Amino acid sequence: MILCKPTGQRLTVLFLSLFAISIVNISAQDVAAGKALFNGKCAACHNVFKKLTGPALAGLEQRGKWADHKEILAWVNNPAAYMAKDPYTQGLKADFGSMMTGFADVTQKDVDDIVAYINDEDAKKKSGGDTVKTAEAAPDTSNQNALIFGIISLILGIVALILMQVNSSLKKMSDDAEGIVRPEPVPFYRNKTYIAMASIVFFVFGGYMVAKGAIGLGRQKDYQPEQPIFYSHKVHAGINQVNCLYCHGNAWESKQAAIPSVNVCMNCHKAITTYEKGPKLYKDNGDEVNGTAEIAKLYQYAGFDPNTPSKWDPSKAKPIEWVKIHNLPDHVYFNHSQHIRAGNVQCQTCHGEITAMDEVKQMAELSMGWCINCHRQTNVNFNYDSTKGNKFYSIYEKFHNDIKSGKMDSVKVKDIGGLECQKCHY
Amino acid sequence: MSQKKYWQSFGEVNDSENFQKKQQDEFREELPFEGFDDKGLIDAKAPRRDFLKYLGFSTAAATLAASCKVPVRKVIPYANKPENLMPGVAKYYATTYVQDGDVVPVVAKVRDGRPIKIEGNELCSFTGGGTSARTQASVLDLYDSHRLRFPIHKTGSGKEAKYEEVPTFEQFDKLVGEAIKNAGGTTVLLTSTIVSPSTKEIIAAFPGLKHVQADAVSYSGMLLANEACGFGRKLPSYDFGAAKVIVSLGADFLGTWLSPVENAKGYATGRKIDEKNPSMSKHYQFESYLSLTGASADERFTHRPSEEGAVALELLNALTGEASTRPGIKKVAEDLKANNGAALVVSGSNDKNVQVIVNAINNAIGAYGKTIDWSKPVNYRQGIDSDFAQLLSDMEAGTVGSLLVYGANPAYTSTDAARFTAALGKVKVKVSFSERMDETTELCDFILPNHHYLESWGDAEPKAGAVSFLQPTIYPLFKTRPYQTSLLYWAGNNTDYDVYFKNYWVAKLGGEDAFNKVLQDGIKEDAAVAASAGSYSAAAVAEAVAAIGAAKKSTGTEVVLYQKTSIGTGTGATNPWLQELPDAISKATWDNYALIGLGMAKTLLGLDLVNGSEKESNNYEYFPQKPVIKLTVGKNEVELPVLVIPGMDANTIAVAVGYGRSINLGRTAAGVGKNVYPFSSYNGSTVIYHADVTAADAKKKEKIAQTQIHNSYEERIEVVRETTLATLKKYPTVIPDYRTHLESTFGKSKDGTTTDFRKEGTLYPQHDQPGIKWGMNIDMNACYGCGACVVACHAENNVPVVGKSEVLRYHDMHWLRIDRYFVSDEKDPNQLKGVVFQPMLCQHCDNAPCENVCPVAATNHSSEGINQMTYNRCIGTRYCANNCPFKVRRFNWADYTGADSFPNNQDQELVGKLDPVVFQMNDDLTRMVLNPDVTVRSRGVIEKCSFCFQRLQAAKLEAKKQDRPLKDGDAKTACQSACAANAIVFGNVHDSSSAIAKTRKENANRGFYVLEQLHVLPNVSYLAKVRNTDELIEPDTHNAAVAAEEKAGSTEKKAEEAHH
Repeated sequence: MILCKPTGQRLTVLFLSLFAISIVNISAQDVAAGKALFNGKCAACHNVFKKLTGPALAGLEQRGKWADHKEILAWVNNPAAYMAKDPYTQGLKADFGSMMTGFADVTQKDVDDIVAYINDEDAKKKSGGDTVKTAEAAPDTSNQNALIFGIISLILGIVALILMQVNSSLKKMSDDAEGIVRPEPVPFYRNKTYIAMASIVFFVFGGYMVAKGAIGLGRQKDYQPEQPIFYSHKVHAGINQVNCLYCHGNAWESKQAAIPSVNVCMNCHKAITTYEKGPKLYKDNGDEVNGTAEIAKLYQYAGFDPNTPSKWDPSKAKPIEWVKIHNLPDHVYFNHSQHIRAGNVQCQTCHGEITAMDEVKQMAELSMGWCINCHRQTNVNFNYDSTKGNKFYSIYEKFHNDIKSGKMDSVKVKDIGGLECQKCHY
Repeated sequence: MSQKKYWQSFGEVNDSENFQKKQQDEFREELPFEGFDDKGLIDAKAPRRDFLKYLGFSTAAATLAASCKVPVRKVIPYANKPENLMPGVAKYYATTYVQDGDVVPVVAKVRDGRPIKIEGNELCSFTGGGTSARTQASVLDLYDSHRLRFPIHKTGSGKEAKYEEVPTFEQFDKLVGEAIKNAGGTTVLLTSTIVSPSTKEIIAAFPGLKHVQADAVSYSGMLLANEACGFGRKLPSYDFGAAKVIVSLGADFLGTWLSPVENAKGYATGRKIDEKNPSMSKHYQFESYLSLTGASADERFTHRPSEEGAVALELLNALTGEASTRPGIKKVAEDLKANNGAALVVSGSNDKNVQVIVNAINNAIGAYGKTIDWSKPVNYRQGIDSDFAQLLSDMEAGTVGSLLVYGANPAYTSTDAARFTAALGKVKVKVSFSERMDETTELCDFILPNHHYLESWGDAEPKAGAVSFLQPTIYPLFKTRPYQTSLLYWAGNNTDYDVYFKNYWVAKLGGEDAFNKVLQDGIKEDAAVAASAGSYSAAAVAEAVAAIGAAKKSTGTEVVLYQKTSIGTGTGATNPWLQELPDAISKATWDNYALIGLGMAKTLLGLDLVNGSEKESNNYEYFPQKPVIKLTVGKNEVELPVLVIPGMDANTIAVAVGYGRSINLGRTAAGVGKNVYPFSSYNGSTVIYHADVTAADAKKKEKIAQTQIHNSYEERIEVVRETTLATLKKYPTVIPDYRTHLESTFGKSKDGTTTDFRKEGTLYPQHDQPGIKWGMNIDMNACYGCGACVVACHAENNVPVVGKSEVLRYHDMHWLRIDRYFVSDEKDPNQLKGVVFQPMLCQHCDNAPCENVCPVAATNHSSEGINQMTYNRCIGTRYCANNCPFKVRRFNWADYTGADSFPNNQDQELVGKLDPVVFQMNDDLTRMVLNPDVTVRSRGVIEKCSFCFQRLQAAKLEAKKQDRPLKDGDAKTACQSACAANAIVFGNVHDSSSAIAKTRKENANRGFYVLEQLHVLPNVSYLAKVRNTDELIEPDTHNAAVAAEEKAGSTEKKAEEAHH
């Protein structure tokens, strides 16, 4: 808990600041909308700076007819029809081996937003700054403080003990001097007061530790099992910026985030057959990992031969037995879509800096206290006025009145019953 | 903590199957425990010290077993995820529940590829989304571990019989095809009623195939009577909603007769009361025993079963003014005449002559074309008893070469099973398509199990102009095949039925899009046409009158056979949910028994429950051991325990069919009750379901597991409110008067200014409900006690099945029960005025007595007005259950679900013996029916109704995702959606436009809360039951009860105040 709390705060600050930026700045909103659209629709095949299944999109306005966004829209809406009369896109197909998937639902505004986002990314790269990284956390000092306090207490305790011994010896000496006969003082380890105090301390401390240990049984914070394939989230979600929902799209709709099926992996890995340009990968024990060999493992499961891609039969694929990391007890109901859609919680809030992890490690404790804490602190996407926020909350008349009259400034999850047992246990 | 590969022994490393099996035993050998005997703890062979040692050891072992092992869990995604499937998100597919002619259009909830819940299809105009208990329970049949799993060829017979799997369908087809060819003779297909038009076409196309339909409980009498009256051999649609006067002559039309869901929906519309102008349909019932339908009747008259013809005839004659000495006849006839064109008479008799008379009555009262519609004849039952009799003689004569059986089970249901079995021996090739090893299938050589309906394609035409479609909701679990495919193949048409079915409907509907549309809707109904009166002819009446007049008059005791809503003709007997569903009237589970009246109890058993000693009646009521009587009809003898109930005809014993099944049907059905089909007889034209009987005291006792006696309201009668229509008209506020009284007495604040009972009646602070407040209303006038809601609750909430032995120990686990109250003359309990059904579930009290007493706060109140129960917090003190005035909390006395971490909790020697059915419910196959959104409770915790919290959460989430407020009807509880009568309304009471808010507002004169004087402030309200009679209950009488209550209430109040 102590470890994860600052991370949570840091991220909350980060998201709140992003949120604030997006409200204030209209052009930024376009960029933000463009980013969402890009991640949702384009990122599967395109990167801004790198060639993937499709070309890198930075500077696209300088290519083909793309300076005119209407042309882009026509192409995106119906690639087959557009390509028939456009030599540039015919060339693209020749280069990349396949035609782009059409998105009939994309509008002109969407295209403008996406291009705005691409240009923004491009500009950021050129200026060398990355705004996202500005929100660095303050160094974590709470642990150090605890240590210092502990050491001081211990030293003070020892000093007190010595002083008491000295006191007792001095008293004995003064008694001797005054001629009062007293029994020989018992050494402190046989002194009943000391023993009693020590037992009480031991009992309290031991009891505390036992209780704490017992409560923590079965929890698996920092659990990082070895997976059948060395799948690096850092490479995918971090360096290549594949959107979380591209693979874990289930999280958007369902209680389970679900592990992607082999065919989802193969969407990209039909084309990406080797691991070459990324940073070197290492296991926990320091062994280097051969990325290309790991991709080959995927091909084993998929029954895919990169030398004869056209012969691949996806129906022969076998599922991959991953080791489950995040486990909740059966009596807990957790719903991913509730949190990411209704609650606007980012994946990283609970799963940590996934984009920096090679093999995934359980960041959070996943204990009830941890859940409850977040429910106490998190604001609901409440519709404080009629224009913003989720309209579901419009029925909370009392809170609306309280906000108007200034009694309340925000509605937390706990205010709408987020701490009630049956929200998660039924 | 990384790099987890844990092992404790080499066995674990290799992880062989044997080792895994051994691992499941906590102790590898018998433990050297010696039982304590009578000598006391110290002198026992295992004295106190050993006891402490064991205690210490087991605590340590339990701690280790429970905690230290964190298993490595695998998560295995699809190899190729189907595009339209989202793990964790339920899909709904329209399909149709079809069982021996019963048809209910349904929607199956499929979660991660498993159907887990059945809902009614609301697009269907005649069921309106209603279901029956059997429909709700049918999903459990899919996962029945006793289903036949592959094609079987039986060799040898009797005890030598060997059942061998036939590896492929091709081999089976070859085997059977050759056998049929070699057998010669005629080939006969014996089925229960077939409602599928495409199947009928397949059967018709089978060269030389003779099709015989035989229903377990036959409706031949009606079919033949309608033919004789010029309507053709058909059954009409009945509109119970359009009838102002309904007369049932022994027809259990709400429970089992023809299409109970459809009947109940219509019936309930006529029974709902508009308070501004109170009126409701009038329901008379003439019958021999207290049926489910009779329980809802406004006025009941009993007669001998053999007098059903005489009653019908007297009623017909009374319409023309002839006098009758029989009680009720004159009044009913006058009422029928007064409501010409808005009245309906139905009869449950299977005697053609009786039905001819009933047709004559309906003609006389102008029912045809109004309440009886011949434009939409129904197909629910088509079997003709004489066809089956003819088949039997043909089989005996040896002219039947091959017999293919589907649905029918004459070796169990026929009047003379031994004769059928002998006749079957003369048939050379016997093929069964049964899903289970039923009594007839046992005798067959070739068995090719059919799919369950949830695995099948198909169609059903319940009535003319309406077709309901079946589509698979799961890949077939076993190596089974639709019987239609077999018929197609064996007729030389090498098409699978699913292809045939599709082609059939694509051609009929004119395209694939239209086909997909009807599959999506599940039902296709033609535009409504005006009701048709048909062409009635009175030609057969004279003959029928003569036949009835000439019938032998019975003077002794008679037995009548009936069906339970749960078990039906016996098809429900294999279903644990249905076996555990308490019968509406007797509240008995897991058994059939002889229902007898109070008079017969006295004469036959010397048991006087009215004037006898208190001890005598207490002994009978309190202990589950009931006296057994021996019933003898001809050669057939059956011993059954008795249940004494009011409202029985004095000379009648009623026994339910469908029990006493073969042991091969599995752990649920075997050994439950006795088979009484042999008591039915064939009169040369139709099967008759009553007989003269010799009854004798068998001088022994047997246990019956009843549920309602388990709890008591401590004589607080205000839990149920009931009145008559006449009273309601004269004194409209007779029900709410009680609350007004409470409010004016206890609602005053200290300075006497306000009268807020809610606030002033308690010392506890009020709960805030800033957003939603859930509430439920149950209309006791619409509820007729069928139990669909109880089974729906089982399915939705993973409510465990506990088996007979545990019900006997009062350990039943139903979250929702239907309490049955008899209303009778105070002095003569046999003078039954009516029966009230009260669905009782957690009342979600805003001032809940259970919440205050929980030492660990495992039950508390939510901001949405729900009384929450947190299983993982519960330590099992059961204080809450003790303090609940409604006794709706259930305790898991044993590990019924296998949810515990300790396998020992199911050890029969350590924790007591549980019935085999509990273990059947625990096997991996059956557990597939569990709802993954609801915790499976372990031993030692309390559980109770949660208002289907998972559904409320899902509805709220959906609204949030769509960025809109919650709409009325988004959240429905399982009991609400199961109810055919729409008796249950549920929703957000804060929303003034919601159905629940409106219902409460518009029914202020009937609305009440149970035990209002306790000031527990329930969130479930009820609408009082109203009997449509002229009886006037003076408010004084009502108030007498109120006064008594008030006295009790005020003492309690004082006690409570003193306590605080």
